[in-house]
Amino acid sequence: MSRLAVPKTYKLYIGGKFPRSESGRTYEVLSKKGAFLANAALASRKDARDAVVAARGAVAGWSGATAYNRGQVLYRIAELLEGRREQFVEELIASEGASKSAAIKQVDAAIDAWVWYAGWADKYVQVAGNGNAVSGPYFNLSTPEPTGVVAIVAPQGSSGSLLGLVSVVAPAILTGNTVVVVANQVAPLAAISLSEVLATSDVPGGVVNILTGSPAEIAPWLAGHADVNALDLAGAEHLDWVDLQVMAADTLKRVLPPEAGVPAPSLERIIALTETKTVWHTKSLI
Amino acid sequence: MNFLDYAPAPESTSILNLKKSYGLFIDGEFVKGHGKPFLSISPSSEEAIAEIANANSTDVDAAVAAARKAYDRTWSKLSGADRGKYLFRIARLVQERARELAVAESLDNGKPIKEARDVDVPLVAAWFFYYAGWADKLDYAGLGPNPRPLGVAAQVIPWNFPLLMLAWKIAPALAAGNTVVIKPAETTPLSALIFAEILQQAELPAGVVNIITGAGDTGHALVNHSDVNKVAFTGSTAVGRAIAKSVAGTGKKLTLELGGKAANIVFDDAPIDQAVEGIVNGIFFNQGHVCCAGSRLLVQENVHDEVVDRLKARLATLRLGDPLDKNTDIGAINSQVQLDRVRELSDIGEAEGAERWSAPCVIPEKGFWFAPTIFTNVSTSSRIARDEIFGPVLAVLTFRTPAEAIAKANNTQYGLSAGIWSDKGSKILAVADQLRAGVIWANTFNRFDPASPFGGYKESGYGREGGRHGLAAYLKGASW
Repeated sequence: MSRLAVPKTYKLYIGGKFPRSESGRTYEVLSKKGAFLANAALASRKDARDAVVAARGAVAGWSGATAYNRGQVLYRIAELLEGRREQFVEELIASEGASKSAAIKQVDAAIDAWVWYAGWADKYVQVAGNGNAVSGPYFNLSTPEPTGVVAIVAPQGSSGSLLGLVSVVAPAILTGNTVVVVANQVAPLAAISLSEVLATSDVPGGVVNILTGSPAEIAPWLAGHADVNALDLAGAEHLDWVDLQVMAADTLKRVLPPEAGVPAPSLERIIALTETKTVWHTKSLI
Repeated sequence: MNFLDYAPAPESTSILNLKKSYGLFIDGEFVKGHGKPFLSISPSSEEAIAEIANANSTDVDAAVAAARKAYDRTWSKLSGADRGKYLFRIARLVQERARELAVAESLDNGKPIKEARDVDVPLVAAWFFYYAGWADKLDYAGLGPNPRPLGVAAQVIPWNFPLLMLAWKIAPALAAGNTVVIKPAETTPLSALIFAEILQQAELPAGVVNIITGAGDTGHALVNHSDVNKVAFTGSTAVGRAIAKSVAGTGKKLTLELGGKAANIVFDDAPIDQAVEGIVNGIFFNQGHVCCAGSRLLVQENVHDEVVDRLKARLATLRLGDPLDKNTDIGAINSQVQLDRVRELSDIGEAEGAERWSAPCVIPEKGFWFAPTIFTNVSTSSRIARDEIFGPVLAVLTFRTPAEAIAKANNTQYGLSAGIWSDKGSKILAVADQLRAGVIWANTFNRFDPASPFGGYKESGYGREGGRHGLAAYLKGASW
């Protein structure tokens, strides 16, 4: 007699916890062939605002952690993801209709992206910062710092749902930012499974907050939220993203434009979500 | 005359060789504008200095077309070394005509000649000299492989440091290989027009820099022009917000240097005499017309009375008056509009319960003037503690612990600059880490240098001017 499987309830990931949408809404996640896979939470405006509160609350601790510490936490994510490769491969096959080899390739690339970005945590400051030879007796140093709370529309579409998410979250958080990310709408299962990895890899609660549902519904609330510092429109290609950028201008958020497909690993993505701080200090005349 | 008084020592305006009227500088020539010309007046005397052409949308089109042509045919084909040589020439010509530029700036803006002469103009030359050296070294800037210019840059600058802001904009743009259309502020176009003559003397190829004068609608037409690739704006947060909206979705690269409400934090272990000088320099430099001005003094409670007493004593020695007088410390407010705003906000401060004190000084009959003013007993919710006044008005607040100082300093939508005064290095560095501002001055204030990146966090804008970071604003791909 075959064993009856225990399916998982897919929920949101906010402040290190797994709540259902406060709206009580869900939407059906279907396989590529149209079979029922799960009821994912359909996040609401209130969920988005709760996520921003959680993200803001996590900024001080996460950005205040040492770079070495953040690097190790990101590396830990890669370790745990590696241990759950099979689960993610199966999930991608089911939800994206990916071939087994394509699913393996995507999971491996996602793991490697965490490793690549982990290594930047204690180096990007050296690459993007500098000492400045000013004309006077001053110590003068410019260093990048995290921008704060970053709202992200993850890459959408029927493929790359895991790698796309990692490709936008990792470069944002390695510097000390915290994020609210709207996952791939049609293939959200990998995102929620990834949050289980995050919850067990020493990533403090609130650093990554994952919302499933409609980017078209949620993104405007995030773009207009006054306590969000930056807006990454990576996956907003098919939304009214110019409107989102206009809304973001109300509080002069930093805005990253939409990208086709999954963004490649890049230092530019890291730096784009940082602020350069320049500190002057007098030198005494001796 | 008291033996402590100074005899008048005005800088002569005979060094100026002003024209009665100035055209627009487009494609290497001065041409007539199609809008209604306006007068630039001296804010210290309210007398007209010159008639200035007003660029309408036809003129903006012509300027952008000239910049595009120069980009396509000349500037983008020039070697980095040659671009650099033109910038070096400009730096030298600014030095040669430094006194003339300083007098023009003081006359048109109202700032004390000692500031125009010792700060503005030397920094202008330094800015061109610094970026000149970058022009043939872009590959070494660490801003990605194969750094490429953007094309035509539209630049709109404010009236507080007219020529210096022009240098901040033009020098990195040209070094990176872009061409420029720049609009100075309508109240302070004079030094930019003299600068146009310098460009002619430098034989800069026609159209590489175009200078168009006019008011807000000229700037609006410029930044919204479909053939510009880059918009750089320094000015108010309100206008910056509108520009950010208008360029959304256009692909134009945007940098904004906007308002501020900087905290200047004085700890009880600070060298008080130096701190008092720093506070004065922080808020009364350039009549407080400084986006990064230290307009909120946060002083540790146990030294509040001592600091405020010494500050008042120091302010009482400042000389307000003729900007061209070499002994003048406080010049004129730039315009009637700005004076009205400073007065209005100061009155609101008083109405909201803060205690007002102004330095005892004689206000000249003509011109726009505002005595250095400090407010004590200011609450954090008061408008004078929240709004950018952009004038010689200081709001004094107190704190007890470093954590409280940091919380109050960061309690603003702005994040341009901040100051820290303490003799304890470890405390300074810890506080500097926590302040959400782009420039932190420790035991100094209002220092600027072309090698040092400047720009804001939060609603003070984005992008940096100065240093390697300043080049990134004018190169493709580079995100810092």
